[in-house]
Amino acid sequence: MQIDAKEYENASAYQSLIKTYAGKPEYLLAIMQDIQRQYNYLPRLAITMIASHVGLPVSRVYAMASFYKAFSLTPKGRFVIRVCDGTACHIKNSETLLDQLEKQLQVRPGQTTADGLFSVETVNCLGACALAPVMVINGKVYGKVNRSEVERIIKEYGGQSDAN
Amino acid sequence: MGGRAMQTEMNPGKGDRQTVLVCCGTGCTANGGREVFKAFSQSLQHHPEIEVLPVVKATGCNGWCEKGPLVRLMPKDITYCSVAPADVDEIISKTLLQGVPVKRLLYRDPVSKEHLTSHHLTDFYRKQHKIALRNIGEIDPGQIDDYIQRGGYQALQKALLGMERQEVIDTIKAAGLRGRGGGGFPTGQKWQACRNAAGNPKYIICNGDEGDPGAFMDRSIMEGDPHTVIEGMCLGAYAVGAARGYIYVRDEYDLAVQYLRQAIDDARQRGYLGKNILNSELSFDIELVRGGGAFVCGEETALLASIEGRVGEPHDKYVFPTEKGLWGKPTVINNVETWANVPVIMLHGAESFAAIGTDKSKGTKVFSLVGKVVNTGLVEVPMGTTLREIIYEIGGGVLKKRSFKAVQTGGPSGGCIPAALLDLPIDFDSLTEAGSMMGSGGLIVMDDHTCMVEVARYYVSFLAGESCGKCTPCREGIRALLEILTRICEGQGSIEDLDLLEDISVTMQQASLCALGRTAPNPVLSTLRYFRDEYLEHIQQQRCPAGVCRALSVFHIDPEICNGCGVCVRHCSVNAIRGEKKQVHVIDESICIHCGECYRQCAFDAIKLR
Repeated sequence: MQIDAKEYENASAYQSLIKTYAGKPEYLLAIMQDIQRQYNYLPRLAITMIASHVGLPVSRVYAMASFYKAFSLTPKGRFVIRVCDGTACHIKNSETLLDQLEKQLQVRPGQTTADGLFSVETVNCLGACALAPVMVINGKVYGKVNRSEVERIIKEYGGQSDAN
Repeated sequence: MGGRAMQTEMNPGKGDRQTVLVCCGTGCTANGGREVFKAFSQSLQHHPEIEVLPVVKATGCNGWCEKGPLVRLMPKDITYCSVAPADVDEIISKTLLQGVPVKRLLYRDPVSKEHLTSHHLTDFYRKQHKIALRNIGEIDPGQIDDYIQRGGYQALQKALLGMERQEVIDTIKAAGLRGRGGGGFPTGQKWQACRNAAGNPKYIICNGDEGDPGAFMDRSIMEGDPHTVIEGMCLGAYAVGAARGYIYVRDEYDLAVQYLRQAIDDARQRGYLGKNILNSELSFDIELVRGGGAFVCGEETALLASIEGRVGEPHDKYVFPTEKGLWGKPTVINNVETWANVPVIMLHGAESFAAIGTDKSKGTKVFSLVGKVVNTGLVEVPMGTTLREIIYEIGGGVLKKRSFKAVQTGGPSGGCIPAALLDLPIDFDSLTEAGSMMGSGGLIVMDDHTCMVEVARYYVSFLAGESCGKCTPCREGIRALLEILTRICEGQGSIEDLDLLEDISVTMQQASLCALGRTAPNPVLSTLRYFRDEYLEHIQQQRCPAGVCRALSVFHIDPEICNGCGVCVRHCSVNAIRGEKKQVHVIDESICIHCGECYRQCAFDAIKLR
């Protein structure tokens, strides 16, 4: 298992985040969430450190990381675009938003742009169904968006209007 | 703005003090509610007699959530829609200082065209009966005193000071409260089993892992009235003899996490949580657990595994969690809406609750009315209300006056109900009989532009991503269903596929380990039952009557109808539509990707489906 050199530089920062919780298995999920939130992914080094802190094998932490949607094992883009594909958004054609994002950024859900600026994801439901279709960028909610608004919003974040 | 010290004098709807309530729920925040709140706070600095409060409204009163940010002025009860920071000074000078409403910001009834001063006057609101949502939008969820002013924590006092533990359980039993999370299991029976179970300590859990796409009542309650959840859990803890509780909440619900955390702290400070609550024998505290984003964790045993720091895989329930739950100890798990009902039952008695609803389903149910309906939002109505009343009288009918095709209830575990059953009085049992289920209460309205085969495919594809993979019938069954449904949507289906879908579905219903797998075929079976014609049209005529399935939809513009307005051109993502302004337009078939966006956007129905 290869650990990125940069991760070693962050080791003490990981440790201080991890240490805010007692070393018990019941805090495993919470620790992982804090690391994910801070770094936008779970660095390999952090995973091994978490495992030893709560007293579980690395495989158990890895199982959690690959099971729950909240976690990512690779770094995400600076702006994480989440397009809601809950039922209300789906029948109001959230697919159109993904088409536009693909056209503009050349990535499909689950991918990150080559410049590391944007990651595109779909989410099951954000519970903002009255505003369907909904798109969220780094926590900011955009409701009732259509194709041309997606184009405008992405430009605001520094994306090109049309990659072609 | 007014000082927090004056807080206890504040009581929306009753006190005389002028108060500005700015909605800062997820919906209104998306529309700029925070900025409006800041503008009011700044402009009112020199008017200490007027108080500005952020409140969280149930997302969408009369679909007003889309008309947000909403501002409500008390005690006059005037509601303004789509307020911008630029409107703030006018509102202050006219309404707050002179008592004159700003007409252009009032809600305009789409039918009568009248300007209404308050959302309480609309059909959407008047036909509802609020129990679980009683405080939403009425109080500041960050202020424990607001909750107390409206009768909060009185039920807890009543129980702790004057009722035996068994009396509390008997009251819940007599009220006939059933679990609002989907199953509809009698709550009193669950509590009794836990109280009777041997083993210590006992645990109380609130399931706030609201996973059904299209349902957001639990988010609204946690965001808008977090103390009702805490009070309900305290009552449950007293009844069964638990000392520790957990609220398992979706991590995606930022605002809910924030308000719950604060509410738990405040309740501790006031002595509603902690050692010897209100000087009684009850010692009880609550911890917040953020979910990891897995639909299956809404299932009780998977949720328990997740709290214990394990992968959220369910296990068999030969022994119920009420006997062996969290860390093998007796545990009561109820959903957010269920807990929100408990304080009301305890305070006002079982009889008044049991007087509402149907024979076997008592009280009210919160539905999230969304999809192709005019008024979207949360609707709380007595059990036994018909779908027609909810969709047409409260919801205002189908969007753009299109024809109603189906309403989906119960999320991925539920089914689609056709127009023929619109007069069905809905409760736990009637929905199950119709091949659907109550679920957590999502009601998604679908019109003739919704393809029922694709809807079935959508739910199965959702479940394919969420099945934990532990048991074979669910893991493999869902994959097979998805493969077949995708085939039909792409025009590769055969008649035999329909039998195969039914075969696999029945196996999954009988052999899956948990409710996720057992109910997963419901969207398939219910659409096959009520919309078999649509399946047949996909297979035999290679046509998707809703214009949704891209492989089976070919569009053209009717030159007799097209007036060249150009709306279709603006909505086409591949520039496949040509034509001069005010001239007939044409679709270039060599470029068209058949997304159907033009078909849905054309206001004149000039775009036709082959």
